[in-house]
Amino acid sequence: MTDTTNTSPDVDSSIYDELPDAPPKTRLRLSWVGKISVAVVAFWVFIAIVGPYIAPYHEAFFIEDDLAGNPIDDPSFMLPSSQAWLGTDYLGRDILSRIMWGARTTIGISFIATLLAYSIGITMGIAAAVAGGWTDAALSRMVDAVLSFPNIMLGLIVIAAFGSSIPMLILLAGVIYAASVFRIARALGQDIMVQDYVEAARARGEGLWWIISKEVLPNAAMPLATDFGLRLVFVILFISTLSFLGLGVQPPISDWGSMVRANLQGLGNGLGGGALAPLAPALAIASLTIAINLIVDDISAQAGGSLAGKMS
Amino acid sequence: MWQMVLRRILIGLVLIWVVSVFIFILTQVLPGDAAQIRLGQQATPESLAALRKELGLDRSLPVQYFSWIGNLLIGNLGISAAGGATIESLIGNRIGNTVFMTAIVTLISVPLSVVLGLIAAMFPGRLIDRVITSGTLGLIAVPDFFVAIFLILFLAVQLGWVPAVSYLSGSEGFWKSVYVLALPIGTLVIVVSAQMIRMTRAGILNVMGSPYIEMAILKGVPRKRIILRHALLNAIGPIVNVIALNLAYLVSGVVVIETIFAYPGLAKLMVDGVQTRDIPLVQACGMIFCTTYVVLILIADIASIVSNPRLRHPK
Repeated sequence: MTDTTNTSPDVDSSIYDELPDAPPKTRLRLSWVGKISVAVVAFWVFIAIVGPYIAPYHEAFFIEDDLAGNPIDDPSFMLPSSQAWLGTDYLGRDILSRIMWGARTTIGISFIATLLAYSIGITMGIAAAVAGGWTDAALSRMVDAVLSFPNIMLGLIVIAAFGSSIPMLILLAGVIYAASVFRIARALGQDIMVQDYVEAARARGEGLWWIISKEVLPNAAMPLATDFGLRLVFVILFISTLSFLGLGVQPPISDWGSMVRANLQGLGNGLGGGALAPLAPALAIASLTIAINLIVDDISAQAGGSLAGKMS
Repeated sequence: MWQMVLRRILIGLVLIWVVSVFIFILTQVLPGDAAQIRLGQQATPESLAALRKELGLDRSLPVQYFSWIGNLLIGNLGISAAGGATIESLIGNRIGNTVFMTAIVTLISVPLSVVLGLIAAMFPGRLIDRVITSGTLGLIAVPDFFVAIFLILFLAVQLGWVPAVSYLSGSEGFWKSVYVLALPIGTLVIVVSAQMIRMTRAGILNVMGSPYIEMAILKGVPRKRIILRHALLNAIGPIVNVIALNLAYLVSGVVVIETIFAYPGLAKLMVDGVQTRDIPLVQACGMIFCTTYVVLILIADIASIVSNPRLRHPK
């Protein structure tokens, strides 16, 4: 919980807890589902950070010889073995290694893009809420224009025009999702700007910047943090979908969405054949996005229904 | 009320116009224009200039925009940069396929979602509700292609019940087509329904919190009767809204599903166009999809205005 009281640093803020309108002290208690989900997310973040260092092979390494050093006739879609724990993909590359390398690409791109969306969205959203008037009107209409596109369509059109590169993907997802962050930040900002404590701060003669940094942002922080999780899921799905369509991360860089796409033909061999090659990265995406969703669900269930209404 | 509806329609028209400007600008800012792409790197400046003149690329941007949008309105969609066929001919035989598939998906998913959403709302917190809500939450959180590859793996590859690739020769009868399309239709129904079920449930539970329902509970009306007679009728507006919104989500869903099943629809055509950077084709398909999207959202808004009795008699 963020500190919502306005005290100068030398006053012990705990004296305010006795006041009848002191903010309730809530400690985040996760259900067991929530705890498992946190573990899953932590696991993938760990893999994203150290994956390339601990992976058995390089992401672009083709397995050509078996462990004894004899050449393999057909290294594509090999079944799991001690040499390749999850088998190999359509070109004979180790799937486990590619998933570990791909974690960095998929999670890294999505995370940076979501951060970008938040920096743009919150700045513009709070600015619109605080300034009001035509600033608000102009920013809101711009956002309406972005939101009148299906996200994937905007992605397709921009990629058709500019081609696909990692910075392009980050910028694209960042701008698209900034529009929805803007709406939430603006709604929260407008709610907060009419609260008594903001009026009190104004009456005290506090400057605009003080009000934004000490009143608006801390009070909007918790709902925005929860929303960050949901937005991250959307961005992961968006980037993976583009990669899956062959329009996102380009080879030889491994990425979960493009791994599913490239190994699709392995599906036809069934579970006893190469089905693991597209299945494993798909499961990686699903486990990550479901886990984040469950954590968000857990937190918003505790924070009460008021959150859910703002996060549409 | 009709004033509000009229206002919404006007806003919708403005949005479609904004979308067209966006699409045009986004696809025109890149350095290599259509002439460059068609002639390739070795083109001489003279032949480039000649082709630019022929394609009208030497005119100012606003003039180009108006000629593009004007041609679009009379159904003249331009010429594909790859191959040089007219875009109408490329789109013509694809658009029917996409409409056919989405129509069937709509026919199945709408009643399915309303019924499942109702059941979940009838027994909140009970086992069946928890199965439905957690199942749909899981489905919303995963990519569309995840659902698709699971269905392909189990229904087509392991069990062999349905074909994995949705190729239509055009001569199949209706039921044969549905059989060939079983997997893409199934995937889309699952993906779209998950969202609709949750929103239907939320809509009904929302109505259940209102005072007149409390009154009905207090006078002893059974819960099922309250939901079917009182809550459902008042939730119709929100539900129609949800349905239109989700059909708009279908627009994104078809892009993935047509690609994964190699279904010869409009979305597959557009994705191929993006890959070959066939800008005129992408512009045309983008306009069709985005206009459909804006229109569906417009219908959703109008439905919620019309179904709200408070707006029907303005003070």
